[in-house]
Amino acid sequence: MYTLTDVSKTYRQGARTVEALSDVHLSIADGEFIAVQGQTGGGKSTLLQLLGALDKPSRGTVLLGDEDLGRLGSTELGDVRARRIGFVFQSFNLIPTLTAQENVETALAPLGVPATTRRERARAALESVGLGDRTGHLPSELSGGQQQRVAIARALVKEPDVLLADEPTGALDEDTRGEIIGLLEGVWRDRGLTLIVVTHDSWVAHRAERRVHLKQGRITGKAATRV
Amino acid sequence: MFGTYLRRELVNRRRQTLIVAIGMALAIALVLVVNSVAGGVKAAQAVALQSVYGVGTDITVTKATTAADTNGGGQRFQFGSGSGNATGGTRTFTRNRLTVERGVTTFASTAVSTVAKTSGVKAATGVLSLNDTDFTGQIPQAGSGSGSRGGFTPGATRPTGGPDGQGGSAFGVDSFTVLGYDVTGAAIGPLTAATLTSGRALTAADSGKDVAVLDSDYATSAKKKVGGTISVGGTTFTVVGVVKSTSATGASGSNVYIPLATAQKLATQTGKVSSVYVEAASANDIGGVKTALQKTLGSAMTVNTEADLASSVTGSLGTASSLANSLGLWLSILVLAAAFLLAVLFTVSGVTRRTREFGTLKAIGWSNRRIVGQVAGESIVQGVLGGVIGLAVGLVAILVVNIVHPTLTAGTATVGRTLAGGFGGGAPGAAPGGFGEGGGFGRAAAAATTTAAQIALTLPVTAWVVLLAVGLAVLGGVIAGAFGGWRAARLRPAEALRSVA
Repeated sequence: MYTLTDVSKTYRQGARTVEALSDVHLSIADGEFIAVQGQTGGGKSTLLQLLGALDKPSRGTVLLGDEDLGRLGSTELGDVRARRIGFVFQSFNLIPTLTAQENVETALAPLGVPATTRRERARAALESVGLGDRTGHLPSELSGGQQQRVAIARALVKEPDVLLADEPTGALDEDTRGEIIGLLEGVWRDRGLTLIVVTHDSWVAHRAERRVHLKQGRITGKAATRV
Repeated sequence: MFGTYLRRELVNRRRQTLIVAIGMALAIALVLVVNSVAGGVKAAQAVALQSVYGVGTDITVTKATTAADTNGGGQRFQFGSGSGNATGGTRTFTRNRLTVERGVTTFASTAVSTVAKTSGVKAATGVLSLNDTDFTGQIPQAGSGSGSRGGFTPGATRPTGGPDGQGGSAFGVDSFTVLGYDVTGAAIGPLTAATLTSGRALTAADSGKDVAVLDSDYATSAKKKVGGTISVGGTTFTVVGVVKSTSATGASGSNVYIPLATAQKLATQTGKVSSVYVEAASANDIGGVKTALQKTLGSAMTVNTEADLASSVTGSLGTASSLANSLGLWLSILVLAAAFLLAVLFTVSGVTRRTREFGTLKAIGWSNRRIVGQVAGESIVQGVLGGVIGLAVGLVAILVVNIVHPTLTAGTATVGRTLAGGFGGGAPGAAPGGFGEGGGFGRAAAAATTTAAQIALTLPVTAWVVLLAVGLAVLGGVIAGAFGGWRAARLRPAEALRSVA
């Protein structure tokens, strides 16, 4: 699925240059469930952005299948995101003025899916995350767990190859955390997609097949594998 | 998706939507009303000018007055010591003068054909504006005991003679305007704004004859009727017709209309005219025709369009015109700029507030074009909403004005005038008299300066004005959307998401 070779990412902060990632080599197989762990500022979010085609590496290559994400223009990157990548954010990032169903539909809008099909698929996606009876609710009318379910439905409705989750349980209580991780695991298992979760939470990380630790922009030690 | 998202945003952010829409509505309503007032005032000015220049006259050509052209100041009537007729101790003088109107300079009538041949000119006709003045005076006959100069001396013989029999004097002046015009069938000119109320109009057969058509107001005041006579320049004319002005002001271009050839002969202005009235072939090219005429005729001639002549309209109509054209225009621009700025600021601040939203949409694959379209769409709808409200408010304001029908006074410097009055006086010490009795010169002169007409102001609503209002509203939305969209397009998804991570 992903092949990262000698990847570095630097940012300019005034006169200072900050190296968020340094010489990262990482391969992620199709259908793998990986947890990315590390300290705050260790480069987890930067890695996720490179994997999610939201940014380009300063050096090295990021291959998603055969596509070199570093060589694509912004329009092509947008197209890759629209077709192949699903995102789940810590703060859910739902559009506050749209209903649950309309939020899910936003993921299909750039694919040019006809309105009727779009509505049907969005409803099915919400039903698949257990929110078939909440389609007309605004995010403000839903609990945190329900909002994250809507966000997961939005990420899944386009049937992506990879699901990237940035601290998906960070804003949830313990019970809901279990529900959401259970949901993600179920989706990963049922759909065979690649699941990459960035998390601080060791409990969540231990559910992954493989754990990657980042420290000061570098992958440290050997990637741990669940047995 | 576009429509749903747009509708939801506008409804859920209704406070911002309302503020932007109301700001835009105020501006659009103001633009609409100011434009309409300007149109109404322009139409009223055209009505005021129509009474002078007739219907269809787009341009007038006159000769600029120079010091050499002036008639040496005002009218002068000189009498010798033996002038007049003496009867019963009173000497009576009468004088009649037919002269070119003061401030008017005549020029060769060949200019008419020069003008007619100029490109873009549909029709041209020449006129000669004259003024007929009758002076009558009565003074005590010499030797009738009018008293010593400087005052009445007690004990001296009481003065006799004069109109009051007590040594007094009386002078009267009667004046009316005369217009010589082409009776061979000119399609333009002052009489195009008049209808015949009795008798007949002058025809080509009347050219060079002593026949006249009178303005109905003048005919009434001078007690003249068709079949009667009128003395013009000492020549007796037969009144063949009476006309009434059809212009809204009711004012006529002249008191008496006579054939041009007759007028030229009587006023010893053979081959001369004082104005050429011009009709342009296209109403859209009046400026071009003016330029061409000015070039052909030279700088000695003055070429005025209706717009130039509008400045000669005075009174509250003139005030309304300058208000609409200066204050109204600048106020509209100012309010419009403020409304546009308000829309831009609200849109940009909205985009800034929605950074996370747009970052998320970019993350799930929305293109910049789609996001810019969404932002611009919201702004344009806000603008159009403001435009519709502004249009409604503006139309209601215009309707109210049209129901109230405010009346404006319009004064035109060259509108036909009648001067009648005089001054008289008793001899020193004689009973009541003195200057001013019977109407002094001052009062008569004031009446002659301008003729005030009442014109009801009607504000027109043209499709162009409505389109302008809607166009401005859309433009405001497009400008705000462009700024907001530009800001949204510049958001890099990684940074937009990092800012909320």
